[in-house]
Amino acid sequence: MMSTEQEILSAQQLDELIDLIKKFHGFDFSCYSKASLKRRVIRIMQNKKQTFYDLKHTLVNNQHFFQEFLDEITVNVTEMFRDPSFYKAINNQVIPYLSTYQHIKLWSAGCSSGEEVYSLAILMNETGLRKKSFIYGTDINTEMLKEARKGIFSLKKIKSYAENYQYSGLKGSLTDHFTIMYDAATIHSELKHNTLFSVHNLVSDAIFNEFQLISCRNVFIYFESELQEKILELFYNSLAPLGFLCMGSKETIRSDKFKKKFKVINSKENIYQKIAT
Amino acid sequence: MPLDNNIIAHWKKSEFLLIGGSAGSFKLIFNIVKNFNADLDKAVIIIIHRKRNFFSEIEKLFAENSRISLKEITDKEVIRNNTIYIAPANYHTLIEKNGSFALDVSEAVWYSRPSIDVTFESAAEAFKGRCTAILLSGANQDGAAGLLKLRDNGCLTIAQNPEEAEMPQMPLAAIEINAADYILNSEEIFGLLQK
Repeated sequence: MMSTEQEILSAQQLDELIDLIKKFHGFDFSCYSKASLKRRVIRIMQNKKQTFYDLKHTLVNNQHFFQEFLDEITVNVTEMFRDPSFYKAINNQVIPYLSTYQHIKLWSAGCSSGEEVYSLAILMNETGLRKKSFIYGTDINTEMLKEARKGIFSLKKIKSYAENYQYSGLKGSLTDHFTIMYDAATIHSELKHNTLFSVHNLVSDAIFNEFQLISCRNVFIYFESELQEKILELFYNSLAPLGFLCMGSKETIRSDKFKKKFKVINSKENIYQKIAT
Repeated sequence: MPLDNNIIAHWKKSEFLLIGGSAGSFKLIFNIVKNFNADLDKAVIIIIHRKRNFFSEIEKLFAENSRISLKEITDKEVIRNNTIYIAPANYHTLIEKNGSFALDVSEAVWYSRPSIDVTFESAAEAFKGRCTAILLSGANQDGAAGLLKLRDNGCLTIAQNPEEAEMPQMPLAAIEINAADYILNSEEIFGLLQK
């Protein structure tokens, strides 16, 4: 061995943990990107001052701890109007098309605490499509979904989201859509009305509806290529003919099979349209 | 400090070059990119701290002045030889053991995303001794821990001389924890990369 450094968590130990979590808690992380997953697990071990064996023991014997573990390893960092240029592109290139529908169903897959769902709700409101649109937000983390349903955000967060909003090209300001009390901002109830948050695991769950638009941004980065392809299949089958698929700006459809099934609408923002077959 | 044979030999056999820089490093990195020979025969990975909604045209500017193909990193992209990669703003860049990039939007490290530590630490595991890493000017201590991990894994590690760095904190933090094999002035860095 060249390395003198004692590894905190070896690749083999990480695999052992993945097996254990699948067996005891039913979540399958085997096709998650390893570098990122490993970093998250090490972070937990360091915060909790746990060795690999402590961690294994707690994961098996403490149900409450698993939720904490899940919160840590599924990255729940999100923003409203993250990548403002994306929302600008949706407004210019996708909304004119969506507005021709009687009913518009949107799916934010991997929605975490709901920031993207509410950003889309605000966008639909600003473009006059709110009353005929419905937005589904799904995630594997039930605690995050509870947060999302509340639609309450700290003022500190709203301030940083407001900067994104300014760049998105929408009129007015972000706070027009919130009721502010003390140090928290609550999304207006009419915006919440057309949203639904529920549990869905992209790795193991099936199609549940047909959508005009699916947004799954900065979720694929946590998956290995084979799993990405499997989920693309799920999205393809969940889209209405000519429906839109939105991915994160640094993510891309790498599979040749699916490159043929989607037309690129905006290559910088990674917005695709399902080709009718 | 003159360039000894050890440093030159380690640089020559490196398959990857990692460069981390923050405040005060932009011009230096630009000149490094500009001066690479067309037959560098290594992959170069550059992490520069950038603001999240500040869509600078770094890639464009760099690409126009480089003899080697240069691109912004996308997720799951396979690292190719003789290519310069720039870490995108608002993501961490990690390196998988199969030699591809993986992005991550988790919390900022030292108020930075991209964080130099995150990339350096994953590179240490993925590349082991097969790389050279340089930490340049910057106003915080991102990159120091990552550089140490690279050094522990047998990489050649270099810190810019804090005395000539526009912002000395970053290289200084690395030197203080003994993460740098060599402390070089920018002229010496240019000289080494020409070998």
